[in-house]
Amino acid sequence: MEFLADIASLTNSTLRISTPLIFAAMAGIFAERSGVIDFSLEGKMLMAAFVAAVGSYFFGNPWVGLLMAIVACVSLSMLHGFASVTHKGDQVVSCVAINILIIGLTTALAAAWFGQAGLTPTLTDDQRFLEITLPFADALRDVPIIGLIYSDILSGHYIFVYLAYISVPIVYWVVFKTSFGLRVRAVGENPSAVDTAGINVFAMRYKALAINGVLIAFAGAHLSTAVNANFFREMSAGRGYLALAAMIFGKWHPKTALVACLLFGFTDALQIRLQGVELPTIGTIPVQLIQAVPYVLTVVLLAGFVGKAIAPNAIGQPYIKER
Amino acid sequence: MSVVVDKSKVPWWVSNLIVPLVNLTLALIVSALFIFIAGENPLQAIKLIIYGSFGYIEGFAYTLYYTTNFVFTGLAFAVAFHCRLFNIGGEGQAYIGGLGVFLVAINFSFLPVSVVWLLAIAGAFVFGAAWAFIPAYLQAKRGSHIVITTIMFNFIASSLMVYLLVDIIRDMDQMGPHTVALPENIWLPTFKDLAALFGMKIRYSPLNLSFLLAIAASFFVWFLVWKTKWGYEMRAVGHNTQAAIYAGISPYKNIIIAMLISGGLAGLLSINEILGVHHKIVSGFPAGYGFTGIAVALMGRNHPIGIFPAAFLFGILYQGGSEVTFDMPNITRYMFVAVQGVIILFSGALENLFRPQIESFFVNRLNRRVEA
Repeated sequence: MEFLADIASLTNSTLRISTPLIFAAMAGIFAERSGVIDFSLEGKMLMAAFVAAVGSYFFGNPWVGLLMAIVACVSLSMLHGFASVTHKGDQVVSCVAINILIIGLTTALAAAWFGQAGLTPTLTDDQRFLEITLPFADALRDVPIIGLIYSDILSGHYIFVYLAYISVPIVYWVVFKTSFGLRVRAVGENPSAVDTAGINVFAMRYKALAINGVLIAFAGAHLSTAVNANFFREMSAGRGYLALAAMIFGKWHPKTALVACLLFGFTDALQIRLQGVELPTIGTIPVQLIQAVPYVLTVVLLAGFVGKAIAPNAIGQPYIKER
Repeated sequence: MSVVVDKSKVPWWVSNLIVPLVNLTLALIVSALFIFIAGENPLQAIKLIIYGSFGYIEGFAYTLYYTTNFVFTGLAFAVAFHCRLFNIGGEGQAYIGGLGVFLVAINFSFLPVSVVWLLAIAGAFVFGAAWAFIPAYLQAKRGSHIVITTIMFNFIASSLMVYLLVDIIRDMDQMGPHTVALPENIWLPTFKDLAALFGMKIRYSPLNLSFLLAIAASFFVWFLVWKTKWGYEMRAVGHNTQAAIYAGISPYKNIIIAMLISGGLAGLLSINEILGVHHKIVSGFPAGYGFTGIAVALMGRNHPIGIFPAAFLFGILYQGGSEVTFDMPNITRYMFVAVQGVIILFSGALENLFRPQIESFFVNRLNRRVEA
């Protein structure tokens, strides 16, 4: 039974840890499908975490924090668009600028407003999102199998966990089943053809970036107002890049990107589980080396050992309307 | 709305001096706004920055010490950028380069001092280059995006070095995660030693002989990129890969060589930090210099002649910035990380914001003068 409980807790943490990655990967799909590279997921996630924590603290309501995080992330997406769509600046440089700017600004402002440590004040329970117990979870706990899956694995997560998994089919539907999604993809594959059809390439890219900003805000709010009760320095810890790797590995497709995010989540859950555990023949693996596992996995996945990823055709190229 | 300018009529000083200065001014205005939001007076901060970096001899020496670091990491980013590669991994390459310096210096410290220095430089370069090799190989052969792989290698380098510093090469007599000190006879002479020769007494100064190495590295990069066949091939791959292949130039080879040199230059940072200042590996010694190199290179338009003054400017910001954090309780060093981000934004991504307007303004004025 202990083995089953282990599996259950590992699955439970996998679902939770994958959440910010899933939001970020879905956000990345919108930007990159429209032809705009988005390495700034990392910075935006950090910005959302900071703004959500500060907003929840000042207004005493996590939903206000989330709303402010959405506004902040959409603004950053618009800044990225202003630099790389309107002014045709280098998209990667724009992302690097946003990431470095946000790493500095969030910590600097947290230190200026809340003291030198660069932490925001700890949120009380009514200032943050709490775990949701699904209906009948307690009643079903003792039922074999169903109890394990329903009460121990599916129930008791933060609202963002459920939203993340709901967002995947919605993103799939929008990108692949609606005319809006068709246009987004077309703008990323062949912008001049779309332009010829009378659709505004720039406006489409801005719209895709706006959706990108909304989705990534959820990832950041999850970090600072749900799993943690405050913001701390560089709390996104590379998750934006992991999500991007998951998206590339998932070939810019919501379903496969979800699988890759779960794989990352599982590795991370396993990594936490293995810390300090004595393994047969190997002994205890040093914590620092175990912590590097998700990053090594990212490199391995990007090396494309499971087939070559083909990016949207027009990605990274600013669109220049013919004169 | 858009202004069309004949590029050939734009004088060089407009596109290479006026436009970058306008962009820098915009970035500084936005940065002043941040300082204001943080609750301090931006004008007072500027005064402190200038005093801290120029006001006294030790402060100025600190400015040049920071400049040394930024020249190395700026050159590192620039070399890769000429091949259109974004080497964001300077931080990790410098960290691993430090391992190279330390291992060489501690094992060969019995040799004549100048030989030890040369070997340490080689160690820094080779270890830094080696850390850049896997991302380079994956980019060249598998198309794995170098931005993500180099960032991941920063994280991996950090984990690896902390592991080594805690479990393997730590000075076991001490609590902190650092190695034993290198023998004193192989430390690089500092500005303080030089001043003493001329009978000048100054307090501590981290500025050391690596400043000259930074100047040498700048010449090396200039010669390599603009005066050799390899530099030409590398720039050809960066400008137009298809045309380069058609001309018989291998993009694979050039991507890997560009990244190796880039990683090696980033590794040289540890000559300054370890052979010159700390004299041992300290946990986290690259302290963000690798990332600042990106801003330095973009501001310096990826040319050594531009990188040197840009590195100096960031030296002023760093040294003056520490004066600010000392006097202004609301400002931490992270404020200057944000300033770097703003500078990258305005001198990199938004470099075309006012370029057409500025260029057409000067072209029109010059034309009018010719007609008159």
